[in-house]
Amino acid sequence: MAKNKRGIPEINAGSMADIAFLLLIFFLVTTTMDVDSGINRKLPPWNPEQLDNPPPIKKKNIFTVLVNSNDQLLVEDEYMDLRDLRSAAVRFLDNNGDGSCNYCEGLRSPNSSDNPGKAIVSLQNDRGTSYKMYISVQNELAAAYNELRDREAQQMFGADYEELDETQKKEITDMYPQKISEAEPVNLGG
Amino acid sequence: MSKFKKKSGGGTPGISTASLPDIVFMLLFFFMVTTVMREVELLVDNTKPLATEIKKLERKSLVSYIYVGKPKDKYIPTVGSEPRIQLNDAFARVKDIQQYVIAEKEAINEAERPLMTVSIKADEDVKMGLITDIKQELRKAEALKINYSTRKGEVFGD
Repeated sequence: MAKNKRGIPEINAGSMADIAFLLLIFFLVTTTMDVDSGINRKLPPWNPEQLDNPPPIKKKNIFTVLVNSNDQLLVEDEYMDLRDLRSAAVRFLDNNGDGSCNYCEGLRSPNSSDNPGKAIVSLQNDRGTSYKMYISVQNELAAAYNELRDREAQQMFGADYEELDETQKKEITDMYPQKISEAEPVNLGG
Repeated sequence: MSKFKKKSGGGTPGISTASLPDIVFMLLFFFMVTTVMREVELLVDNTKPLATEIKKLERKSLVSYIYVGKPKDKYIPTVGSEPRIQLNDAFARVKDIQQYVIAEKEAINEAERPLMTVSIKADEDVKMGLITDIKQELRKAEALKINYSTRKGEVFGD
């Protein structure tokens, strides 16, 4: 290594650091690191006329979830704890009642959904339901879909759903399309 | 031993600070790139609910925000303690939402309008009645892509 000779004139860069620090502190203070994240949903278009003749859907293909104003769940006419909602939704979606779904692992119960393409989750809440509960329910339903999608993604591509590319994702979403229908809320009081 | 002998004389050797600006500039650029200026001052309490199945919101320029929650303590004497909607920097009523969304839509260039997302940032204690009213207004305003803003965390956690 060459020895540093004493006496080489140096440009005084000390004040540059001060200026840079000043800017740095400004941006440090104004910065918000948290990325916005949340649950994405699509609303149905506003079309009052369509409500009169809904397409016929077999009752067994609908998974009804009701939430009352005390944040209690009624799933398929039975009281249920929020903790059991995810597994109940998975059982319903994966049921494969008509045997047309060759990748499903469900129980093939005749009283539950025909196949994942026909299965619809119907969610209805009360006006008095808390937003926290509503998001929890939405989250559990989304988790049920994601669980099934992850399972298929692992089987087909050996990776989680989120790690797949667009065409692979499309293939998986066609296997388990997310169909969550929200009924108009009721006011049951309470 | 003479190799490790302390040098004496010549005063303390000064550490060169010439590279300090480089380091600071590096940090500066990092924060400049990642920074997002706070657009609005929150007038309402906003503790977002927890969820695990969340997606990141991309393209901030295409996102409009609706804040919902109980007014902060200092506004309670003027607007009451019932949960309210905040659009931009002011309290608003449900009927103002359509106009707000349309104005926000106008600000986006035409090709990207269908990608517009409305992020509902509601407090976890808000009742669904108000949220439903907001959703109905959004449907009328044809802003159908929405995002329920949440924090990441286990729903069943303490």
